[in-house]
Amino acid sequence: MSNTPEDLSYTKDHEWVRVKGDEATVGITDHAQNQLGDVVYVELPKIGDKFEASEPFGSVESVKAVSEIYMPLGGSVIEVNEALNDSPEQVNEDPYGDGWMIRIKIDNPSQVDALLTAVEYEDYIKEEAAE
Amino acid sequence: MLKRTPLHDSHISIGARMVEFAGWDMPVQYSGPVNEHMAVREAAGLFDVSHMGEIEIRGLEALALVQKVTTNDVSKLQDNQVQYSTFVNVAGGVLDDLLVYRLNEEYFLLIVNAGTTDSDFEWIQSQVGSANVEVHNTSSAFALLALQGPQAEPILQPLTDHMLDRIPYYWSQRVAVDGVDCRVSRTGYTGEDGFEILCHAANARHLWNRLLVTGNDRGLLPCGLAARNTLRLEAAYRLYGHDMDETTTPLEAGLGWVVKLSKGDFIGRQALARQKEEGLKRKLVGFEMLDRAPARDGYPIVLGNQEVGAVASGSPAPYLKKNIGLVYLPIEHTNIGTLLSVVVRGRNVPARVVETPFYKRVKRYD
Repeated sequence: MSNTPEDLSYTKDHEWVRVKGDEATVGITDHAQNQLGDVVYVELPKIGDKFEASEPFGSVESVKAVSEIYMPLGGSVIEVNEALNDSPEQVNEDPYGDGWMIRIKIDNPSQVDALLTAVEYEDYIKEEAAE
Repeated sequence: MLKRTPLHDSHISIGARMVEFAGWDMPVQYSGPVNEHMAVREAAGLFDVSHMGEIEIRGLEALALVQKVTTNDVSKLQDNQVQYSTFVNVAGGVLDDLLVYRLNEEYFLLIVNAGTTDSDFEWIQSQVGSANVEVHNTSSAFALLALQGPQAEPILQPLTDHMLDRIPYYWSQRVAVDGVDCRVSRTGYTGEDGFEILCHAANARHLWNRLLVTGNDRGLLPCGLAARNTLRLEAAYRLYGHDMDETTTPLEAGLGWVVKLSKGDFIGRQALARQKEEGLKRKLVGFEMLDRAPARDGYPIVLGNQEVGAVASGSPAPYLKKNIGLVYLPIEHTNIGTLLSVVVRGRNVPARVVETPFYKRVKRYD
C-alpha cells in the first residue's frame, strides 16, 4: 500500500502539495514513485519560471520511461530542489520529504480548494487501478 | 487479444507488471529493472523469452536453403553449433536477425524475433521453390527460457548430468534438465555468460519454477523485458526494429562480421557487395551523454546546426551508471570522440561517440 499523508493536498496527475499561506511545496506521490520505479533523472524549471495550473513544469525519468510533472496550481517558482541533480533516488526513498521538487508562490489561492484531499486521492488511485 | 506464453500465469502469480510487446502480453518487470539488471551482472537472472519464434527447416536441401536466406556462412557449422545471422532482402535491408542452430546436415532450427516470426516464415517459404525441403513454424510448440549471469552454470549444473562446461560459447546440446527434454545453448542477449533453454511448451512451468527455486540461494531473480533491454544495450547488441530494419543494411548496423560475401550466392549478396565496394555512407555507433539527461529512442541528433538523425536505442545504463545509446551517423562523423548533441525536450544536450560494446564482461574461463 502506498503512503498518503493526510496533511497534504493532491492532484489527479499524482503530485502532492503542501500549502503554507500563499506558498506551496510540490512533489510526486508515493504511489507515483512506486509506479515509475527507480528514478534516475529529474528535470526541474528555473527560479522565476511561471506556469499555469496543469501545465508541465518538469519531468521525472526512470530507467524505462519519462513522465512529465504538472503544476498543481498556477504560480511562479521560488525554490528548486537542486539536491535531486545528484540524488534523484530521493524521489523514491522520501517522496514527501527530501524528494520534494519545487516551491512556488501561488497566483490565486482559491485554486487550492480544487485540489484533492488524501482520502479523495486514495479513492482516485483505486478507481484508476480498477479501470 | 494478446498472445500469451506458456508461463503467463506464473508471471502474474509472482506479481510481474505486464505490457504489450510485439503482440504478446509479456512481463516487463518483477522486482524492478535496476534490481533485475544488477542481478544478471552480479549473480543470475531468468527470462521468459518464449515469444521468440522457432522456424524449422528440414530435408536434403535444408543447408542450401538456409545458406540462401541468411547472410552468414552456414556451411561452417557443425552439428549442435549455433550462429548469429541476418535475413536481408534483395536490396540488402535487414528483415530480421536470428540464431541458426545446426541440429544435423538436414535439420536446422532458426530462432527469430517475435514481431517478425510470421513475416520471416512466409518469406522463407517463398524462397523454397522446387527445393527438397520443408519449412515449419513451430513457435507455439516451444518455450524458451534465458538463464543469464555469472551464476548461470552453477545454478543449472545440478539439474543435469551433462557437463555444462563442455558446451562452449555458441554451441548447444540436447540434454535432460530435471528430467525435461531440452536443447541448451550457451548463448544470450545480456553480455553475460549463460544459457538459452528450449523446451516443449508443456514443460515450461516445471522448468521455470525449478530454476527459480534452485537459483534462489545464488541470487537468481526473474527478469523482465525492461532489464533485457538495458542489458543488451550495455552489451551493444542490436535490437531489430530499433537499431536495424529494412531501411538499413547489416553492414551499416555494424554486423559486417555476419555477412560472408565469399560464401557463394545468397539473397541480398549483390546489394551488400556493392555497398561494401562503394563504402558506407553511414554507420551505427555508440554514444554516451555528457550531461545527466538520458537519451531515449527517437530523440533528434544534431551535428553542428544540422539535424542528422534520431536515437535508435537510448537508455540509462544501470550497471555503467551512464546514459548511453546507439545512433546512425554520417560516416565522416563516426570517429570515437566525435561530439554531437541529443535534443532532449527542445534542449541540446552534449554527447560523445564512444567505443562499443559499452560493457564487456571479464571472462572467467576459456
